[in-house]
Amino acid sequence: MREQLHLLKEKAEKEILQCTSLNDLNDFRIKYLGKKGELTQILRGMGKLSAEERPLIGQLANEVRDSLESKLQELTEVIKKKELERSLSAEKIDITLPGIRPELGRQHPLSIVIEEIEEIFMGMGFTIEEGPEIELDYYNFEALNIPKDHPAREMQDSFYISPEVLLRTHTSPVQARTMEKMRPQLPVKIIVPGKVYRRDDDATHSPMFHQVEGLLIDKNVRFSDLKGVLLNFARQMFGANQKIRLRPSFFPFTEPSAEVDISCIMCKGAGCRTCGHTGWLEILGSGMVHPRVLEMGGYNPEEVSGFAFGMGVERITMLKYGIDDLRLLFENDVRFLRQF
Amino acid sequence: MLVSWKWLNELVEIEQTPEEIANLLTMSGIEVEGIISSEIDLHTQFLKVGLIEEVTKHPQADKLVICKLDVGDGQSRIIVTGASNVQAGQKVPVALPGAVLVGGKMIKPAVLRGVASDGMLCSADELGIEVDKIPPEQRTGIYILPDDVAIGADVVKVLNLDDVVLELGLTPNRADCLGMVNVAREIAALTGGKLHLPQVEDSVEGGECAKLTRVDIEAKDLCQRYVARLIKDIKITPSPLWLQQRLMAVGVRPINNVVDVTNYIMMETGQPLHAFDYDCLKGKRIVVRRANEGEEIVTLDGQLRKLNPEMLVIADEERAVGIAGVMGGLDTEVTASTKTILLESAYFHGPSIRRTSYALGLRSEASMRFEKAVDLEQARFVADRTVQLLVEIGAGTPVDGCVDCYPVREEKQPIKLRIKRVNQILGTDISPETMEEILKSLRIKIVEKNEEGWLLLPPTYRRDIELEVDFIEEIARLYDYEKIPTTLPEGTTTQGMRTAEQKLCKKIRKTMVAQGLMEVITYSFINPQQLDDLGLPDGHPLRETIAIQNPLSEEQSVMRTTLLPGLLAIVQKNINKQNKNLKLFEMGKVFYVNGFPTEKRLPTEKLFLAAVSTGEKEKSWAYQAEKYDFYYLKGVVENLLEVIGYTLNEVSFENADNLPGLHPGRSAIIKVKGKEIGVLGEVHPLTLEKLGIDQKVAMFNINVESLPIENRGHKMLVVPVTKYPAVRRDLAIVVPEEVNTGAVEALIRKKAGSRLKELRLFDLYRGEQIQEGYKSLAFSLTWQAPDKTLTDDEVKELHQKIDQALQKEFGADLRR
Repeated sequence: MREQLHLLKEKAEKEILQCTSLNDLNDFRIKYLGKKGELTQILRGMGKLSAEERPLIGQLANEVRDSLESKLQELTEVIKKKELERSLSAEKIDITLPGIRPELGRQHPLSIVIEEIEEIFMGMGFTIEEGPEIELDYYNFEALNIPKDHPAREMQDSFYISPEVLLRTHTSPVQARTMEKMRPQLPVKIIVPGKVYRRDDDATHSPMFHQVEGLLIDKNVRFSDLKGVLLNFARQMFGANQKIRLRPSFFPFTEPSAEVDISCIMCKGAGCRTCGHTGWLEILGSGMVHPRVLEMGGYNPEEVSGFAFGMGVERITMLKYGIDDLRLLFENDVRFLRQF
Repeated sequence: MLVSWKWLNELVEIEQTPEEIANLLTMSGIEVEGIISSEIDLHTQFLKVGLIEEVTKHPQADKLVICKLDVGDGQSRIIVTGASNVQAGQKVPVALPGAVLVGGKMIKPAVLRGVASDGMLCSADELGIEVDKIPPEQRTGIYILPDDVAIGADVVKVLNLDDVVLELGLTPNRADCLGMVNVAREIAALTGGKLHLPQVEDSVEGGECAKLTRVDIEAKDLCQRYVARLIKDIKITPSPLWLQQRLMAVGVRPINNVVDVTNYIMMETGQPLHAFDYDCLKGKRIVVRRANEGEEIVTLDGQLRKLNPEMLVIADEERAVGIAGVMGGLDTEVTASTKTILLESAYFHGPSIRRTSYALGLRSEASMRFEKAVDLEQARFVADRTVQLLVEIGAGTPVDGCVDCYPVREEKQPIKLRIKRVNQILGTDISPETMEEILKSLRIKIVEKNEEGWLLLPPTYRRDIELEVDFIEEIARLYDYEKIPTTLPEGTTTQGMRTAEQKLCKKIRKTMVAQGLMEVITYSFINPQQLDDLGLPDGHPLRETIAIQNPLSEEQSVMRTTLLPGLLAIVQKNINKQNKNLKLFEMGKVFYVNGFPTEKRLPTEKLFLAAVSTGEKEKSWAYQAEKYDFYYLKGVVENLLEVIGYTLNEVSFENADNLPGLHPGRSAIIKVKGKEIGVLGEVHPLTLEKLGIDQKVAMFNINVESLPIENRGHKMLVVPVTKYPAVRRDLAIVVPEEVNTGAVEALIRKKAGSRLKELRLFDLYRGEQIQEGYKSLAFSLTWQAPDKTLTDDEVKELHQKIDQALQKEFGADLRR
């Protein structure tokens, strides 16, 4: 029996060297160490052995098993490693092939900018109001201190639906509507984004465009507050070092009125083509709410005051993205839209 | 408004440069939009007045002539020119070698076809004069100078080429600055410069003038004042050169001495004037009245104008002789034979002038000024000033006295200005002394003064100052806006936030973008033709559009009732530019008549979301192409509705075969909780054909405001992810072709109950092994319970229930 074990070991050790795959190794294990394997077969004869021989043979058998098992283990690892290497090398890909890019959607640049303006003013406690695009003459003009025949109506050539109804020429009618709705509550603190319409169509005017209006009415609102709020806006919109400049101007619904310039974002105020070599860019109109507008809105101008401002979204968008042709914004060429 | 720098300097002493003044004006509310100076080199001294002594033909060239000139240096010069308007005896501008003209063109001696030419004769253009400001006969050829200029004089001085012009962009409230004098006053207020305004001897009311004519104002509401003066012995000639140059500098074309003087005084004072030929006035009198119904007049420009009683006219005893404030009549025009003129200096009602000039399409320098209100108080002064200048240039002799018809004198009430209020509104701490200084610099009259403030009267030319707050603005702008502090509002703290509707819109936009669609923005007005292209039948509600009364074009003449035409136009444009694979959406309002204007004061506006898709995601080296078709957009809608808060159980798509502009076999109504919210479909092939689009286009259109409110914008509470394992089973059935997959799905969901977590159609098969007219549907069902592991038996039982129902309902053949 000892002989048998030795022979078995010798034969097995030779045979294991022939194994080249994990399958071979498995076959080998079954053949020698399995339940019906050769080693087991030999050990079945143990019962016939004497009591002295039995432990010795048992020990030998264990040694043979252990040795085979450790060889088997060793070889398994070697082969596993080899197989992994083989498969990794077979799976090599050309990493320079182009990636499969999911197609991205884009928001229209004007809607991006409107959202940005909304966020800035929401951060300062303004809420968002909206109003109809087809508007009554009363809200579009009269409630804003622009009576019929006022020369200021000329500044805004309108599209009329009927003598009393028109496409709103600015977002300002929502000022009047909101005051009517909220009086006598304070503060009225709103911004109004939206589409507006004027009878103009050339390289720098579109018959439909977008504005964002702002209005704050409260006790003791000052012109200096208007400056502060607009400076804050300009810095968030165009950068922390922005300067603003207020110039006297005229709007029928504000007094005093101001045009607001920001330092040119192209040349930082040095003077360039974009700013007409002035170093300044006009971006919005503003002022203290005219006492007549407050009165018509149901507030007493002796008790409350307010400021209002209005900006053209197209202008700001063009400045922000360096767009030099207004028409691009309404052509909706996907090659243009894809860039935002 | 164009302002001549030289002229301005005669009216106010200025130490600053034009640029400095421009900046001061801009920062105080009179925007200077441009500073125009000559393009030629003004300092070479090589531009001389030359006398043409002789003109001979060029021996070698038909189109050239040889001029012999005297330029005042004691020798004759030969200059060859191609101009055809030169004659001996004319005085002309000569550019001698060394002169630099427009475009940096340097003049050098030259030989032209064998003849040496010692300089160049100049046209207006070459001297940098804008040709539309000069008489038509001077616009081409050599600029012919008047006879009275000195030979050898500097052309720069003679033609005033060294003047600088400021271009003012005036706001409507500052119409006073349409007169040079008021611009000068503004500068004086800013700089403290001394004013030198024209001084005039006042005429006396009545006199000879009143004997020769009379003025009756019948329409007192439209004409507050009318001053008439007479000038006799009129001799019509061209104006002196200085006067012509002044007018040209400010953009007015010289005509003759009388017209030029009235224009000059208008530019100086802002008060428009008109001169009638006195002898042509029937009855030698003026009546200011409304036009009669059907009345007509031929205006100075030779046009016959039909008038109506809303229009104010200047008439004589018989007929209208001028449209008040707009344009004079041809019959009473000042001509070469005019002997006596009646000069009008009046104040008309601005809005009436505005309406009239609009109605007639006639806008003039005069009407523009009357519209914005001129200075009522200076009408007489201006008439006298005009007479003075006419006499000064020898145009005629004054008739003494004047007629000043001023029925209701305007009494302005003083306005209160409170010191405290100024600083309260501005957020400043300006001293009363500074305020008073500013008020005085603006010639505002202090009627009364106390501790609280002042009672003030603005100067008569500042009709824009009416309220306390107007004075506050005056103080602010002269104090300097830049010096006003920068603060933040001190009132109640408020929370800025979006309403539920606004949040929903933002979420929709973000979800559409996240799904790979591009947002577009199109005009709210469309061409009615675009609705025809959709194949809408007559009387279809979407054809009830709101029309714009004064559209810019047919393309933009009605308000859209659907977003589809705008989107299709964008698709068409992009395809034409080779952008063939498109996924676009727009969120915007559509407009319905809905009882307007009879029952409602305004039309109804509804917010819609619409999307179109066409083409495909092109095949890549790794994957097959994916079409942007009906099912692509259907998936987009399903995702969208899920993200904004609905479960797919609440969403259904129903066959519809007559939706406007859509393919009858490929369109559906989208419902949420049984309520119609929009449509989905493929655009009708006929519509595509009309638009020249030769690829299929899918679209959907959702009325955002019709989404059931309870879920809008609010995601339902999150369902916890269960820890018990899911069981997946497939189910394949064969049903007749006409059975809708949606119906099969609905039945499965109904029978499955809440433990069915996902139902996915993974195969749709027709063909071999499937009977003609039938289709095979293969679903994958995912089962899961929140509280336990489902057993095989339980799932088997559920499937049996479903199987039975399918068999019963659709006669389905189950295959497994």
